[in-house]
Amino acid sequence: MMAYIIRRTLYAIPILIGVNLLTFMLFFVVNSPEDMARMHLGNKRVTDEAIQQWKVERGYEKPLVYNVAADGMGKLTDTIFFEKSVKLFAFDFGQSDSGRNIGHDISQRMWPSLAIAIPVMLVGLAVNISFSLMLAFFRGTYLDFWGVVLCVAMMSISGLFYIIGGQVLLGKLLNLAPISGYDTGVNAWKFLILPVLIGVVSSIGSGSRWYRTLFLEEINKDFVRTARAKGLSENWVLFRHVLRNALIPILTGVVVVLPSLFMGSLLLESFFGVPGLGSYTIDAIQRQDFAIVRAMVFLGAVLYILGLLLTDISYTIADPRVRLD
Amino acid sequence: MPFQPVILATDALIYLLLALVLGFVWYARQHPHLISPWRRVGRSRTAMGALVVIAFYVVIGLLDTLHFRLATGQTEDGKVRYSTEVHSVFDLLATPLRESSEKTYSAPFATHLFTKENIQLPDGRQVREYPRLKYGGAHLDNPHRDRAGDIFRLATLGVLGGAAVFGCLMLIAFRFRAAGLSSWWTDPARGPSRTAAIVLLIMLVLTGMSISLSGGYHILGTDKVGEDVFYQALKSIRTGLVIGTLTTLVMLPAAVLLGIMAGYFRGWVDDVIQYLYTTLSSVPGVLLIAAAVLMMQIYMNNNQDDFNSLTERADTRLLFLCLILGVTSWTGLCRLLRGEALKLRQLEYVQAAQAFGVSHFTVLLRHVLPNVMHIVLIVVVLDFSGLVLAEAVLSYINIGVDPNTNSWGNMINSARLELAREPVVWWSLFAAFIFMFALVLAANLFADVVRDAFDPRLRERT
Repeated sequence: MMAYIIRRTLYAIPILIGVNLLTFMLFFVVNSPEDMARMHLGNKRVTDEAIQQWKVERGYEKPLVYNVAADGMGKLTDTIFFEKSVKLFAFDFGQSDSGRNIGHDISQRMWPSLAIAIPVMLVGLAVNISFSLMLAFFRGTYLDFWGVVLCVAMMSISGLFYIIGGQVLLGKLLNLAPISGYDTGVNAWKFLILPVLIGVVSSIGSGSRWYRTLFLEEINKDFVRTARAKGLSENWVLFRHVLRNALIPILTGVVVVLPSLFMGSLLLESFFGVPGLGSYTIDAIQRQDFAIVRAMVFLGAVLYILGLLLTDISYTIADPRVRLD
Repeated sequence: MPFQPVILATDALIYLLLALVLGFVWYARQHPHLISPWRRVGRSRTAMGALVVIAFYVVIGLLDTLHFRLATGQTEDGKVRYSTEVHSVFDLLATPLRESSEKTYSAPFATHLFTKENIQLPDGRQVREYPRLKYGGAHLDNPHRDRAGDIFRLATLGVLGGAAVFGCLMLIAFRFRAAGLSSWWTDPARGPSRTAAIVLLIMLVLTGMSISLSGGYHILGTDKVGEDVFYQALKSIRTGLVIGTLTTLVMLPAAVLLGIMAGYFRGWVDDVIQYLYTTLSSVPGVLLIAAAVLMMQIYMNNNQDDFNSLTERADTRLLFLCLILGVTSWTGLCRLLRGEALKLRQLEYVQAAQAFGVSHFTVLLRHVLPNVMHIVLIVVVLDFSGLVLAEAVLSYINIGVDPNTNSWGNMINSARLELAREPVVWWSLFAAFIFMFALVLAANLFADVVRDAFDPRLRERT
């Protein structure tokens, strides 16, 4: 087990290097720092000095990968590639283009993100499992049919409409919850109701339908038939045999997204004005702050790889039949 | 010539896609095993109903793809001068809608503007009033009294027109024989075509109503600059379809080639390709798209001379968005194909081909590729609705299509800010919602049937 984890962790290193090279190419080679400076300072009337100063302020004036002017190790370390990319491996994100410390911002903003993402995931899981279990229990009836129709219809609605609809209906017309904003500490709960509710509702369509197929798959297996043949009640079969086995793919599906919860939800956070990492990323994209986008790309990749690793491990824990080798 | 055809980059790809589809249909007609799963799709009532709805969208999208520039006059040396504006055949058909711009917002079926203005009365006094619209309900003398009756009259005309077209189509389909019609209506095996006919009737009636009503009113209101929202929603169809189809078209060659190569050759080829797609899929999709679109904006800003017109610029951006969405979405298909190819290479006929000394290239082309095509098809159909929805989200974050392009995402994005107004300006959102919902729902329903018909086992893997 330990050896497997170590091997998987080592395997993640070349992938991270690949991600890093990709972002480096995208942000510094395809478009030179000079282009970025022009973009930020306005396109037409901009002096070379202004561009130079913009680059020096952000450390973009160095050579890309190899510094001929420096001596010793400086030839490699005194470059943009080393300064901006290699340091990411130590989670040293440096400063954003507007001069703030990215690492500090991230550590501050991940809490509101988690405050939304974790309830959305837990409540969503509970709702989806109960709903799809109900559909599986009534399989083949009108209830099942119309439940699936409802799921497909809900899947066909853009997430944007859930948010806008929820804000207008619950926030504006019924005045049940504040439309947007955030508060520190425990007072934040008021502002969390609406985003969490909408996050859960928008996941029902695809989630429930997917879980329903998982349940139906188990229901047709031999051990379930055996359990019924023994004379067990349908409830007992459903909860003891079907649910338990279907939980394996459900849980491993959850584990893979667990680490990514830190990244927050782009849409929910920006619509509800929650100062989390999702809105941080959107703001950065809209302000064209390349340093932040770069840092978030790297962070997202790390968390995704961590999720894959956790999934493999959780398989062995949840299902003893799976052997890692 | 009174016009000059223009083929934008996305147009060319749409024609290519169309040619591929027609080519496939022609090829499949001679190979019964290729048609048999489609026959299964044809036996589903849901699929046939959904297909009719999709067909309406596709027709509008295709009409909107035939671009041209109108001739404006002649230069001194006798050459024809063409307008710089690029229009499509659909624009031509919808000219009244396109040109009936109001000043600013107006509600659906309104006869007056949404905001008050200073109006000069004939006797010289000034009052703050809601002014009459230039086009919406302009034919009414007394809008407050006549409007409801007029709307009813136009709607009835539209319904009758739609029903009449439907009746003609049915008469042609049954070659004027009532016996065929009655046996068709009661034959249980013809259920799917009945569903299709009913959906067709509904769609034709709706079309007739909207054509007739939009002659006199803005049936979905107007937006901030007074443009007809119904026209915008119709124009957005092409953008949605382009994103939904071209994205998969541009990613297919890479995904298919790499996927079956990884599974077939195994060894270091497999390692390299797996590494490639794991790396790409570990970058969060939205961020990769954002990064790429930011980069493209910089490129376009610095190379503004490369684009002759706004249309061309917007089109390049649309194509680029398809490309970058394709880059982020090919990994799933690649992984599926790799798994399938791993299984196929163990089968007797592949082993036999290898034993006969057939080259790897031929084995891949003749024996592996045809046997994974059903997966490719299913993924293409399944991805469509997700991509249409993704466009809206990306446009909301400003990393989607060009702000000048009509798209549902842009409609939502611009309408979102007006929700705080009293009374709420809801019609842009409503229009985008209805048009997207109908397309995505139809696509979802159709995709489900296609998946079940081609490979029911795949349900657990996608």
